[in-house]
Amino acid sequence: MRQVIIIGSGPAGYTAAIYAARANLEPLVIASSVEAGGELMNTTEVENFPGFPEGIMGPDLMAKMQEQAERFGAEVLYDDVVELDISGDIKKVTLGSGATHEAESLVFATGSAPRKIGIEGESRLSGRGVSYCATCDGFFFRERVIAVVGGGDSAMEEATFLTKFASKVYVIHRRGELRASKIMQDRAMANEKIEFVWNSEVVDILGEDAVTGVVLQDTVDGSTRELPLQGVFVAIGYDPRTHLVHQSLELTEHGTVWVDGRTSRTSVPGVFAAGDVIDPTYRQAVTAAGSGTVAALDVEHYLAARGDAGLPATEVAEIDGLADVGVA
Amino acid sequence: MTAKATSESTWQQDVIDAEGPVLVDFWAAWCGPCRMVGPILDEIATEHPEKITVLKLNVDENPNLAMEYQITSIPAMKVFSKGEVEKTIIGAKPKFALEQDLAAYIA
Repeated sequence: MRQVIIIGSGPAGYTAAIYAARANLEPLVIASSVEAGGELMNTTEVENFPGFPEGIMGPDLMAKMQEQAERFGAEVLYDDVVELDISGDIKKVTLGSGATHEAESLVFATGSAPRKIGIEGESRLSGRGVSYCATCDGFFFRERVIAVVGGGDSAMEEATFLTKFASKVYVIHRRGELRASKIMQDRAMANEKIEFVWNSEVVDILGEDAVTGVVLQDTVDGSTRELPLQGVFVAIGYDPRTHLVHQSLELTEHGTVWVDGRTSRTSVPGVFAAGDVIDPTYRQAVTAAGSGTVAALDVEHYLAARGDAGLPATEVAEIDGLADVGVA
Repeated sequence: MTAKATSESTWQQDVIDAEGPVLVDFWAAWCGPCRMVGPILDEIATEHPEKITVLKLNVDENPNLAMEYQITSIPAMKVFSKGEVEKTIIGAKPKFALEQDLAAYIA
């Protein structure tokens, strides 16, 4: 049995793993088989992570975080949690491979998934012109006319990135102003391939086997019109990934996992949550990393209070190679 | 075992004229999810050598085939049978999910 299992391998999961590993808790990280590294794996340049004044590519940053966690003894499994039993004192995790693992505590850091518009043409044409990942799919839209739906930082980043390929990029936003940060707005507005379509909502995506256009509804006067294009990149935000715990953990009105104040304690003792899955507001790589730190420290305190962590973590760390002595 | 690469020059014999079902993984080096799903497809190829052939097609090096098969999102996995596309799977998925999708061929 483990002392702690960490579910998720974004900045929250790996930072929790770094702290837990340095406290000799030998964490097991369930990283996911195909989404390991989390949302930053789908980004290009990260310019706002402290310590990287020249910027760093998202996948490189995640590789470094993983390396740092493993250096201190974290074990990373590329598998997916398919079942989670947190009702008892011992938490039980079942993986896609069929293997099960048990731990005294759990850090839930599953992040968030791109939000869907929720219209019929969207799911039908997903992967056929409708995309949620500009860095993955932009390549296929060389010299095409495409749209990015959304008004936040990720929409601006995607639109700017997509001008490398597309001949024209519409940014369709349902309001008359953007939510994005000033620097990202300025960058997009200065780009001559980008045209903003204000106060417009995508109510349908057209096409048989491939996207041929969108139907827009004016949010001010309600009128509709068609806009011909070949690709739609959806960047309207993220939803917390709670499907493993929506029956077993208390959630907030935002759909995030409820935690007690500034701690990472969930409604179930021994289960801690961190990162985007608890954060409806900030959702930055740095805030997620900070949140992962909180979770690892809360886990340490929890295990120490149970008595089976034995010595305070700092003392255990000093007795090199004797991490197990305190385990009852 | 690593799945073999196919290309525009060998496409006809590798895929169109092949006897059994052929799964073609349309991928690129810059695609993170492709790098994750690649080893999973290698495993599936290794576990079912006589049931399905798994081939990889680099879309950077073979843009005409990517266009012909209307690829707009990768990884895209297409199962060809007698030269025709019989099944399309888009996006990286865990092994157990891919095995479900491919049950008709490998179960």
